[in-house]
Amino acid sequence: MKVRDIQEKLQLQLFSGGSGLDNEITGGYVSDLLSDVMGNSDSGEAWVTLQTHKNIMAIASLKELSCIIIVKGFKPEQETIDKSDEDGIPILGSDKSTFEISGELYQLIKK
Amino acid sequence: MSNAITLNYHIEGSDFINAGNASSQIKKVLQQLNVDPKTIKRIVVALYEAEVNVVAHAYKGDISAEITTEDITITLDDEGPGIVDIDMAMTEGYSTASPKVREMGFGAGMGLPNIKRNVDELNIQSEVKVGTKVVMKVKLS
Repeated sequence: MKVRDIQEKLQLQLFSGGSGLDNEITGGYVSDLLSDVMGNSDSGEAWVTLQTHKNIMAIASLKELSCIIIVKGFKPEQETIDKSDEDGIPILGSDKSTFEISGELYQLIKK
Repeated sequence: MSNAITLNYHIEGSDFINAGNASSQIKKVLQQLNVDPKTIKRIVVALYEAEVNVVAHAYKGDISAEITTEDITITLDDEGPGIVDIDMAMTEGYSTASPKVREMGFGAGMGLPNIKRNVDELNIQSEVKVGTKVVMKVKLS
């Protein structure tokens, strides 16, 4: 499954990083604690969070995550958007809660 | 890779915008040197956490990374408040981070444990009100 597939199926807004819409999604990780994601996420995972500052992109790049999904209508900061475009890691958004988006994402990508 | 490569970076305290830059650049160098991707992942996790620690707690710091065929040794030397109790600081969940830093999703008390888990050798020396020196080594072969 590619990032563009979950964008369409979950009707997510694309904020940035459109060049990475064909990134392959291998799983998901849900956390707002950055060290938790740094320590425990795996490359290719889609990361669901409410954090919007630039450091989420540093983590997504270093961990080679497939995309970031920002919940509850929050919007990424401009510096976050710029880094996402630069690195080709899409930032997507939804008005839904972490619980709802994670549930829908799980249904889509579970094996 | 016959000779040692040394890389140097500077970190300013509270500069969260640039946190992770050194990690990102060292990662690129290690990839160019064809270091095993799993090893690179461990180094990146440890270095990023150490970088964020300097940004979150210290006034400024310097990073130096020395890469040889055998290993990478990364030293982070900062001027800052120092660590009062290093054993406490190594405890999962213990943090002295400010409320602002915690709001950003840092300061969960997972940084130093994350570092320890991902390196082969870790040495922390700290003097209160002076600064902290973290030396970590990861074997490359």
